[in-house]
This record gives sequence, C-alpha cells and structure tokens, in this order.
Amino acid sequence: MSTSAITPVPFGRRIKRFMADRPLVPLIILLVILVVILQILRPGIVNERWIANTIKFAIPLAILAGCQTMTMLTGGIDLSVGTVATMSAFIMATQIVNQDPAIAFLLAMMPAVLIGLVNGIGVGVFRVHPLIMTLGTSLIGTGCLQVYQRTVIASGAKIPDFLAWLGTGVTPIVGFAFPNALLLFVPLAALIVFTLARTGFGRLLYAVGDNERATRLSGVQYWQVITALYVTSSVLAGITGLLYIGLIKAPSLSLAEPLVLPSVAAAVIGGTSIFGGRGGYTGTIIGALILTVLTTLLTILQMPEGARRILFGLIVLFVTAAYLRIVEER
Amino acid sequence: MTTSAQQQSPLLDATGVAKNYGAVAALRNASLSVLPGEVHALMGANGAGKSTLVKILTGAIQANAGRILIRGEARDIRSPAAGRRAGLLPVYQEPSLIPDLDVLSNLRLTGTPVEPFRAWVRELGIADLDLRDTARDIPLAVLRVLDLARALAVEPDVLLLDEMTAALPANLAEKVLEVVRRQGDAGRAVIFISHRFVEISALCDRATVLRDGETVGVVDIVPGVEEKIVELMLGTRIVKTHVAARSAAEKAVSAPARPRIAVKDLRVGTKLNDVSFDLRDGEVAGVVALEGQGQDELFAALAGSIRPSGGTIEVDGNQAKFAHPIDAIRAGIAYVPGDRSEALAMQRSVRENIALPFSAALRNWGPINMRKERDTVLGAIKRLQIDTRAQGEVQRLSGGNQQKVTIARWIAADARTILCFDPTRGIDVGTKQEIYKLLRELAGHGKSVLFYTSELEEVQRVCDRVIVIFGGRLVDIFPVEEADEPALMRAAYGLPRGAKADVGILAAPNASEPGATP
Amino acid sequence: MSHFLRRQGWVVGLFALLIVLFIATRIIQPGYGSGDFGSLARAVLPYAFAVAAQTVVVIAGGIDLSVAAMMALTSVTAASMMAGASEEYALFVVPFVLAMGFVLGALNGLLIVVTRVPDIVVTLAMLFVLQGAALLVLDAPGGGAAEWLKALISGTVPIPGLPDAVDAWLPKALLVLIVCLCVIWIPLRRSRLGLSIYAIGSSELAAFRSGVPVKRTRIIAYALSGLFAAFGGLALTMSTGIGAPIPGPYLLASVAAVVLGGVALGGGKGGLLGPIVAVFVLRLVRTDLTLLAIDPNVTAIIEGLIMVAVVMFGAFITMRGRQ
Repeated sequence: MSTSAITPVPFGRRIKRFMADRPLVPLIILLVILVVILQILRPGIVNERWIANTIKFAIPLAILAGCQTMTMLTGGIDLSVGTVATMSAFIMATQIVNQDPAIAFLLAMMPAVLIGLVNGIGVGVFRVHPLIMTLGTSLIGTGCLQVYQRTVIASGAKIPDFLAWLGTGVTPIVGFAFPNALLLFVPLAALIVFTLARTGFGRLLYAVGDNERATRLSGVQYWQVITALYVTSSVLAGITGLLYIGLIKAPSLSLAEPLVLPSVAAAVIGGTSIFGGRGGYTGTIIGALILTVLTTLLTILQMPEGARRILFGLIVLFVTAAYLRIVEER
Repeated sequence: MTTSAQQQSPLLDATGVAKNYGAVAALRNASLSVLPGEVHALMGANGAGKSTLVKILTGAIQANAGRILIRGEARDIRSPAAGRRAGLLPVYQEPSLIPDLDVLSNLRLTGTPVEPFRAWVRELGIADLDLRDTARDIPLAVLRVLDLARALAVEPDVLLLDEMTAALPANLAEKVLEVVRRQGDAGRAVIFISHRFVEISALCDRATVLRDGETVGVVDIVPGVEEKIVELMLGTRIVKTHVAARSAAEKAVSAPARPRIAVKDLRVGTKLNDVSFDLRDGEVAGVVALEGQGQDELFAALAGSIRPSGGTIEVDGNQAKFAHPIDAIRAGIAYVPGDRSEALAMQRSVRENIALPFSAALRNWGPINMRKERDTVLGAIKRLQIDTRAQGEVQRLSGGNQQKVTIARWIAADARTILCFDPTRGIDVGTKQEIYKLLRELAGHGKSVLFYTSELEEVQRVCDRVIVIFGGRLVDIFPVEEADEPALMRAAYGLPRGAKADVGILAAPNASEPGATP
Repeated sequence: MSHFLRRQGWVVGLFALLIVLFIATRIIQPGYGSGDFGSLARAVLPYAFAVAAQTVVVIAGGIDLSVAAMMALTSVTAASMMAGASEEYALFVVPFVLAMGFVLGALNGLLIVVTRVPDIVVTLAMLFVLQGAALLVLDAPGGGAAEWLKALISGTVPIPGLPDAVDAWLPKALLVLIVCLCVIWIPLRRSRLGLSIYAIGSSELAAFRSGVPVKRTRIIAYALSGLFAAFGGLALTMSTGIGAPIPGPYLLASVAAVVLGGVALGGGKGGLLGPIVAVFVLRLVRTDLTLLAIDPNVTAIIEGLIMVAVVMFGAFITMRGRQ
C-alpha cells in the first residue's frame, strides 16, 4: 500500500485521499455506528444469535457482491447473477429428488457456466455493454427456468440436508455459535482476495478496467480476460444459489432476484469503482455486512421495500459521483 | 496594401492571452492583431500554442488571462456560438459538419443562408453538389471545402483557417487560396494557419510567430522571410552542432547483414503512403515530422495496433503480420506511446504497471512469483531512476516519472526494439536528459530504437539517422551529422535540404556547406 | 428516390419483413383478422412508447436504462390517482403524469450533465430509484383507470369515407400511437432542436463547434425520453386498467427494437419509424409463435434470444464502424 507524503496538502484533500486509499476504516466505522443505532432503537437486539443470523444472511450477498466487484473492476457489471443463483438452486432442489448428489450438483452448475460463457463472449468479443448483455441472458435464463419448472413439477423438490446444514446450521466453538456457512465463505473469500492481489488474472482485471488500451499495447487479449471473468462470476453466483437455498429452504423462481440490486450497492459502498480499475473484495464484504445491518434497521423502522430501493439507487449515484470528484481533484 | 492597412484599427486584437492546464502553461503571453483586409499567417512549431490560441479566439475554451477586442470592443467569447455572433468563424482541420446529417440540415443547424452557400460552393470549384447528401458520404476534401463555404456564406469579419489546404487536391487548393485572397480584398480578415511556406508567401500579408506559448514576432511577408520565421520559431536556443557522443568502437561496428526491421512500401489508408526504411540493431533512428504527417500511423502499424493497408514489415528477415500488439511484442517490438495516459493504468502501482506485460499471456494468469517480479521490477526502476516515493498510484507521479514507467516496462520485459513516440513531451529537463542517455545505452547494448520527437534539438542528442516524413511520405533519410536544427526544421516543412544558405545566427559552420542529397 | 432508398432502405426492408410476417400469420392461422390485429396494436402500444423513449436518447448518443422503471412509476401513479376517482379527474391525471415523466427524464439528463457520471450509471441508479418510487405508490398491482381512457385504445373508430373493411384494420390503439408520436416527433424532427439532438449524437465535437448547446440539448433529449416513457406508462394503465409496480421487459425490448430499427447505438443515425416497425415485427413474431401453439415460456426464451442476438449484432456493427 502507499504511504504518500510528497507535499503538504490541505486537510480536506487529505481526508479524501485517505478515503480513497483506505476505504476500509470509514466503512468499519459506519458498520459500528449502524450496529450502535440498532442497539439503541431495540436494546438487547445485538446478541450472539443476532450476529450469527446477520452473518448468515450477509454471506450470500457478499459472494454475489464478489461477482459484482470482479466485473466492476473491469468496468462491467453482472446483472445475471440473481437468475444464475436461482437456476442452480432450483435445479439442485429438483434434481436431488432422484439423482445422485454429485450429478445434481453438476447439473445445477451447468447453466451457470453456460450463461457466464455467453455473457463473456457477448461482452468480450461482440462488445455489447455488460449491463445489456447480462440483463438479456438473465431474461433468457428466467424463461428457461420456467420451462424447466413445468417438466419437474410432478417430481417435487427437496432441500439437501447438507445444504440446509451449510446454510442455516451453526457450530458452537468455544462457546460461540459459528455459522457453518463460514466454512464455505472463508476459503472462498480468501481465494478471491488472493486472486485479485497475487495472480496474473487478478492483475489483468484491474488493468483492463483501468485502461483497456494500455493493456492491449502490453499484449493483453481483452476477450480472454472478459470471458474467463464472466464464467468465474457465473460459477460463483451458482454456488451462492446452492448456499442460499439452504438458507431460505423454499425453492422459487425468483429466489435470489432480490439480492441483485444490493449486491451492486454492496460493491459500490465497499469502494469498488463502477468505472473499473479500483477496489477490492475486503471492502465489499464489509459493504455486504453494512447493507444487511441496514436492512434490519430499515425493517425495524418499518421502511417499505420501495424506500429501500430508492435508498440503494441514491447510494450508488452519490458514491459514484463522489468518487468521480475525488479522482478529479488529484 | 500593408502600409495602408497599418493605419487602420485592427479588426481583432488579442493581447496577453494565457491558458494553463493544471501546472502546464499552454499559452503564456500570446498576442495577435489582425487588420481589416489582411490575410494573416499564424505560425509556430509543434506545441507552440497555435491551436490553443485558435480555440480561445473561437470560444471552444476560455483563457485564464488576456484581453480580446473585436472592432475595438472587448468581447468575452464563452462558447462557439458566441464566437460566431462576434463575427469570428473557424474552419478546423477536422470538418465540423455533423457526419450523419445531410448538407442542408447542417446549414440549418448553424443558421447558414443556403443561396450564398451554393454560390460559394460553385466559386470554390465544386460543380455538382447535392444538398441532400449526408456529410459522411462526402469525400474529406470536398467536405473541407463545404465547411469553408459554409463559413464564407455568413460573411464573418474574421475567418480562421486551420491548415485549410491539407488533404485537398491541387485544383481545389488553388481555388481555395484564390477565394481566401479575395476575402482580404473585400475588407475582411483571414487568419491562416499553415505549415506550407509556399502558400504563406503567396497569400499572406503578415505573420505572427508563436514559440512556447508566447508571441515572439510579427513579420511582413516579403521574399526570403522564411529563414527569419524559422529563426523565430526556433528562438535563440540554438545549440551548435553537437552530435551525440558515441564511442569509436560503436561507430566501427559494421552494419549487420540484415536489418532488424525492414519496412517496405508501407501504406495505411490515406495517411501513410509507400514508406520504406530499415532499422538496424544498435541504432537509434529518429523520425522527424510535423504533427499529423502520418507518423502516428507508422508507429501504430509497427506496434501491431492497426493493420496496414499495404506493404510489408520484415522482422529479422522474416515477413511479419501483426493482428494484435501481442504479435509485435512476441517479435520483440515494444511501443511506448506519446500519450502516457494511453500506456498506463493510472490508478495502479508502479510495480503493477511495469509488470503488466508479464501477465498478458494466458499461461501467466496463475499465482505470481512475487519475489522474482519484485527483483525484475526493482532492476528496471533502478535503471531508470524512477522516483518511487509515490509508487502506490502511477497518477501521483510526475509526468517525467510516469514516462519512465512506460519505458521501464519494456526494459523489464527486455524488448529488442522499442518504438518511442515523443517520449519527452511535456516533461522536465532533467528527465529528458536521462531518457536520452537511456536510449543511447539501449542502442549500445545492441537494441534498436525508433524515436519520433516533436523537439528537433533532441534529434542530434539521441539519433544516428534521421527519417523525415511529410504529407504521409518519406521524403528524406540522412545521417545525424547533417541534422542541425535549421536543416531539420526545413526538412520537416518539406523545404528541400541544402537548397538555401543559412542566414544570421543559423549559419553554423558545418551547415553552410551544401549537403548532398543521397 | 435514391436518397430516399439509401436513407430509408433499412425501414423499407423492415416493412417488407413485417408484410412477410403478416402473410405467414395468415398462413398459420387463416382466420387472423382485423380483431386480432387490434389486439396486436394494443399489445404493441406500451412497447412502442418504450422504444420511442429509448430512440430519442440513443439518437442523442446516450442510453436510458430507466425506461421500464419510468413506465412502471407513471403507470402506478396514473392508476392510483384514477382509482375510484371521477371520469373527469382523469383529464387532470393524464397531463400530470406526462409532466412527471418529462421532469423525471430531465432530471436524468441534468444528473448526467452536472455530475458527469456516465449516462449508463446515472440511469441505472435512476432505475433503482424509480422502481422504489413505484413500489411506494403501489406495493402490489392495483388502482384503476377511467373508462374513457380504456375505451380510447379498444375497438376501432369509424372514419367517414372509408369502407368498413378498411376501417376495421385501423384500430384505435394504432391511431393513438400514430397521433401521439407524430404530434411530438414530426415538429421535433423539423426543428433546430431535433437537428441538435442528431448533431450531439453524431459528433459531439462537431456539434459543439457548430454552436449547438450540447448540455441543454442532452437534458432535453432525456426529458423527451421521460415524456415518451410516461406515455408508455399511461398505455399500460389504459390497456390493463390497473398499474403494476414491477417493471416489465421493456428495457431490453426497447434496446433490441432500437437496434433492429436501424438506429446505431453510437448515436446520430436513424429515425423513429424504423424502431416502431421493429416493435411490430418483434410482437408479431411472438404472436406467430403463440399461434404455432408453442409453450408461452418457450416463446419468451425465443424472444429473449432474438433480442440478445439483435443487440449483439448491433454492438458488432458499431464496433466495426469505429474501426
């Protein structure tokens, strides 16, 4: 990380630069403030059970926000994650009835890979705007799921015990209830952080998003990076779907759809620039936690779903505009 | 004409105009005074501030300081529309007709009367114009003439023409010059920006010369004034011939049997025509050209970022076809673009920027060997003496250090040939010196460098040979010993080398002997 | 004539395609008659307005992702205002909702110009905001619509001097569409403002140098887009009699129809007629698939595939054009 001290700069700019360099500190402060407000509004709500619950609900959001983080690093976005997660969850729940779990898992991941591939080719080769492209594939995916639902309507669905255990279960360790989902999430998050920081692929994601022309002149082939990226994103979304069905336990055709907007907002709050080239996964994780706590808070305040969406929209707009100012002042 | 004009009050009088972009001053103290009835040339070398001044006069950008009087009245020109109302009309090199609208709609958009426009179009020698044609479908040369006719039709007080005759065929150019001349006779004024001395001497009454953002002289156009203008454009900072020091041993190395890169009849659209030259191992070849003469396309084609439309490029004797920069990089050819923002991921660290080419190939997408990478990067940083105090983000580095990073990348990647496009533009003197030294060192180690520069004095410091490009064609190749600044300036302006004896302070002893054209 | 063909060739081709599709429809379903055409026109109406909204901003060199959400918001606003209100009250509701669309569209443009955040991000954020606002107005489908408004787009209107057989093929919905679009589009197209919208989309620099007020023109383009989207929202309420807060598939459909209609995604090219014909083409394909007794869900997939393919094709053409 950088510790730059070239010339004395005004206090305001120093704050801005600090925010740009270490977005984690203000984010953690914000998270703590939200928890404190919650505790004041409902004394006693913040307890062990509440923490475990919050983490359980934050994890699927955090993984989907990871998809957004990675795609946003390249200046893209992946709006098909909701559909992909729903598809893999639904297929898993229906195929497990009369299939081997391993085969059901492979079947569940197939549409994820396929949609990721189509997204990647559309964005990387044909240069369709990622937003339009992923919106389109998610529409097609939803259609396919509806057709699929007809074919399996007779056989019914069940939630595999393992997924239920992973999604909702807790394991007491030294007197504290650790959600089992952390078993999946911690290695996954570590892998994402490592990929972004220490692998060639991660480097390219940042570089492509920062300056595609520069990467081209350095010999990077854009379509390769983008295709690999969107397939990765889709696979992550598929895994999230499996985890989420274990948490929600009710397969439906719009299972993960409500997570899409918050996943974008979480990545933006976490300091990832929607223009690409800047950000990281640790910020996103805290962003997901903030949004989960915020949702609890808004529920307690009885704020309707509509107001929540407005809030998410305004957050995205303001954070982006503020970010643009910070960058321009340099 | 000139004497009578001098008693009149100027139509346009700009004084003390200054414009800064951040810390960079594009214009310091420019002035321009144009009398009614005159055709006034605006001249200056690359980066002297001509285009900035034109943009300010026409309201495209706002000046930081200065005063603009039009017909003796102070005017604040805040937008192109305000410029038009004030009677100032520009015709840019890039036609400003909307490409997707037909000619008639373009006239309506700018409120141009149709009949006068038609009359001017005929006058300018275009007989068969259909006003319903879409601008995009009209050839560039005709489009530029239409742009001129559109400006003429509203009878502006001051007409600003930027390289009006560039890209025009001879017959159209002739008509244009004739019409421009007559504008002067009609009592209106024309500001004429051109690189072509022939046109200026045929057309203009006076010339204002800019250098480093300042007006350094206003001269009457009389026969033989070219040398005086060249002198003004260069200033007094003439360094006596001072060929880059090269060891005798280096000189003695005999030319290898086959060149590193052989370019034959290279063609890129209409911008570059039939360019052929060789680049040898261990040499720095300088490319000298005014802005937009086709050098951009030459470098882009060699770097694999655009495909040539004709001709061949041979690397080490094998014909090469570059579909993507990766192909050129695999052949050991690296491109350092002139615009640093084209080459750098500005928000990323110095280290990541230097190491960028290492991750490009699919097989290098895995975990990075951080220690090995650090050693390589540190080596390159040390070699170029990059100031690493702010290495967290390249955008926080100074321009000079940023430029070093773009070169360091290819030192770290050990490229055999480096194409440097104006690497010293807008950076401090110290860094410039270091870059000259580095390029010489590279050549000393047997690498080859193709070096385009907009600062002519650099040619002598760095290059072994000079390649001159004018109007998309290679017009001359000569050894650096003959390339003093005046000679280069003349060559860049397409004036024949050695045709005229030097005058005044330009008379360097070894440049006065007539250089034989090879 | 050659000018006409060169400029309108794409639209003429689309018309030909539309006629072929009509013939195909008659072959699939010999009984396909004027009544079916009427329902097609009614189904097309919201799509056509969504496409008009998208077309204006795309011509101006932008994109508006909030079209569908804007339609949802205006639709629920109209529906909730008219629920239980008198017939005359709707006379006030209609201009109010249209004005709301215009203002919110202008807000889109203003945010883009002032914050300098790219259009795609601003309109995405507005998509969230408008969607949320729609949910605040009505959290479930509901509300109502004045009877005269519903009647405005059902059935046909007898035009004196036309034989009934021809008249039957001129459903009111089609006439409403034509009137609403023509009243705005034709004067706009001929005005200096219209030219300016094309100009900033075609080449912002050239437009700026030609003295076009680029920022103001961009804001107006988005405002017009909002206005058309409000028309679309009203059309939704008129055809269903209620308002639904969840946006329909109008965003992707509008982009696809714009591309299919010969409007380049880079801006500056095309007109309104092409995209409108393209909407009819896309809807008729759906009708035909339904008539072929294909599962409606499969129809949705095929439709999605067509739209994605069209958008990919459009992006590919734009990319080629840039090289």
